[in-house]
Amino acid sequence: MLRNVLLYAALACALPVHALDGDIVIHDPSTVIFQGGRYYTYGTGNGLPILSSEDGWTWHRSGSLMSAVAGGKPGAEVLAKGGNNTWAPDIIHIGDKFFLYYSAPGTQPKSAIGLLVGRTLDPQSPEFKWEDGGPVVWSDGIEDSNAIDPGVLLDPDGRLWLTYGSYFGYIRLVELDPKTGQRRNQSAPVNVAINSEASILIYREGWYYLLVTHGSCCQGANSTYNIRMGRSRKVTGPYLDNMGVDMIQGGGKLFAASRGRHVGPGHFGLLDLGQGVQKFSLHYEADLDRGGVSVLDIRPLLWRDGWPIAGNNFAAGVYTLESARTGTVLELAVQGFPVGGFRQRRGGPPGSGIVGSGPPGGAQPPAGPPPEPQMGAPIADQDPSQVASNWPGTTAVRLAPAMLQAQQKWLIAPVSGAGGYPGAPFFRITIAGTERSLTATQDGELSATPFTGAAEQLWRIDQLTDGSYRIGPKAVPGTNESWVLSAVGSSMPTLSKFDPASDRQRWLLGAP
Amino acid sequence: MKRVILPTALLCLAATSGIALAQEQAPRPPASTLTAPKGASQPVDARGFIHRWLVLEPVPVQGRLTETAVQEALKVAALPDAGDALPKDGDTAVANGATLRWHALDTSHYNVNLYHFAWALSKPTSNVLFWVVTTVEAPRDMSNVRLAIGSNAASRWWLNGQPVIALNDDRQAVIDDGVSPRVTLHRGRNVIRAAIINGGGATDFCARFLDENDQPLPGLTVSLQPGQ
Repeated sequence: MLRNVLLYAALACALPVHALDGDIVIHDPSTVIFQGGRYYTYGTGNGLPILSSEDGWTWHRSGSLMSAVAGGKPGAEVLAKGGNNTWAPDIIHIGDKFFLYYSAPGTQPKSAIGLLVGRTLDPQSPEFKWEDGGPVVWSDGIEDSNAIDPGVLLDPDGRLWLTYGSYFGYIRLVELDPKTGQRRNQSAPVNVAINSEASILIYREGWYYLLVTHGSCCQGANSTYNIRMGRSRKVTGPYLDNMGVDMIQGGGKLFAASRGRHVGPGHFGLLDLGQGVQKFSLHYEADLDRGGVSVLDIRPLLWRDGWPIAGNNFAAGVYTLESARTGTVLELAVQGFPVGGFRQRRGGPPGSGIVGSGPPGGAQPPAGPPPEPQMGAPIADQDPSQVASNWPGTTAVRLAPAMLQAQQKWLIAPVSGAGGYPGAPFFRITIAGTERSLTATQDGELSATPFTGAAEQLWRIDQLTDGSYRIGPKAVPGTNESWVLSAVGSSMPTLSKFDPASDRQRWLLGAP
Repeated sequence: MKRVILPTALLCLAATSGIALAQEQAPRPPASTLTAPKGASQPVDARGFIHRWLVLEPVPVQGRLTETAVQEALKVAALPDAGDALPKDGDTAVANGATLRWHALDTSHYNVNLYHFAWALSKPTSNVLFWVVTTVEAPRDMSNVRLAIGSNAASRWWLNGQPVIALNDDRQAVIDDGVSPRVTLHRGRNVIRAAIINGGGATDFCARFLDENDQPLPGLTVSLQPGQ
């Protein structure tokens, strides 16, 4: 058993929570956007470099955006209002157009935010052309504004908003025309925050949330970047944090800070995958597992008490899979054995000295004072080697009350080279200490079979906004349906279509 | 842990032997929720529950509730293979050396209270196995449906001869506790058989079919006509 404990511990340690896979070096990434079967993001640098990914997990460099702009650089008016740098873009899809806003600073705080308009994101497409839309907003180098770091939101009323700014003065809000992407009118911008940059708005259930990045960038592991936020019922503010402090007076509830091997999170972008799954993109100033460079990440976005919560990427380890519907846990359908062995059913707790009970009128109670209860020695965790000798090679799975038994403890580990989905790789889900892996069957049910790496044994684990998990196989044999793990009764797991309004397909993953 | 609650009448019987003997021999009142079926068939209720069953008087078994013990109980209590044919009310069968009678019953509740059934017949309620059987008539082939049951305690279920649910341990009769894989109900007659094994205390079961959205399956009727 000790050998397996060490194995599990070593495995967990050997599988750090990576920020994505592939070529993910980027600074100031835009909101991640999806088109034509690929995900895209754009960052700071010459020509606005492009990263793209087929699955949202493994990313590749895909050229630069300015290569598809006439002249290969910002338009003349953008250069005149700002400068010839190309930084920190953001992008939005409205109708048949993509509007990409980018920072074009000269000598800060003289800067402009330029607009590019395109109809496809695919650099391989002959339609991959971006038209210069000129500057949308700018700062003259004197005013309390530094027109960089655009962030765009199309609100539920169909109104398009742009926030921008950096430490020279205010974070500002202007309205844009969703048909053209241009500024809707030339009325004065609204100041909504200070002491920050990388601002962006999101909307949820009657609240506008302003997310900004505090601290300093661009110093590797010495960067103090952290993401903070406030919220308002009106898009124009005031944006107050959880303590009621206005962001225009420096307020901001912490959303994400340095953690683990990642220093300096910044540049929030919402990636709403629908059906209760939201994620957010960001960069870390320094990924200590990648030499301290700035990298892209995509993490779960959770919600609690009306505030967004930065979820963490799923970490390999040994878990119980508890149905939110039933409170029972997934297990192999084998005869379980109590941890520590069988005990007499009736009577007092172990060590109490009470050995039996029964209906009234039975034996006389023992004379004298009651025995002194005594605790016993610690009982070791149950290991498959103690109980699995009669387990069949292929086993049905079912749901049962959690009892910490070996057939209920699942090792969830990423599968190298198997691809993934936005923010995470595919995982295998295997009874710890065995090769019995959760497998989708031809008829849309489940079994546990030796791991082969087949698609029906690769699992996507998405954390939902309430913190529970949605778990589904990469493929179900015999169908193209995207089914997920579901509790159809107290004792029966199956695969079925995800219903975001139900607890049937919500799972709680915890330490056994 | 399931608690064994003895009815007051039983406690009195144990304590007052003379009067108790007279009461023991007197017929007990019938179970209040169980009556003889009326009419040739009966639809499932609005929640899909099956109310009409043939129930065999309890077969004495050890009543232990593990997978191996349940398998042993099924062997001990096995009945002669009757294929798809259903017994009739009043038929007898021999199981584990005991001659036992089939009872056709309608339950007024969503569940069948086997404790009341056996107690009313002055039969044991602990360490027993109950065989139950019924047929549901489907108006057409109905695929991707599931048999969903609750049982106190362990139970095994067969649909048209195929094993579909196995619950091996001590448990209460929770609606939809045990659910089968996706199955197809054939147009016409479909036979459900089950064995419910009880260690001690209350014992009952309920059963219905669910559609592919886990909603009660309407349109089924239940009958106890002998197999054609």
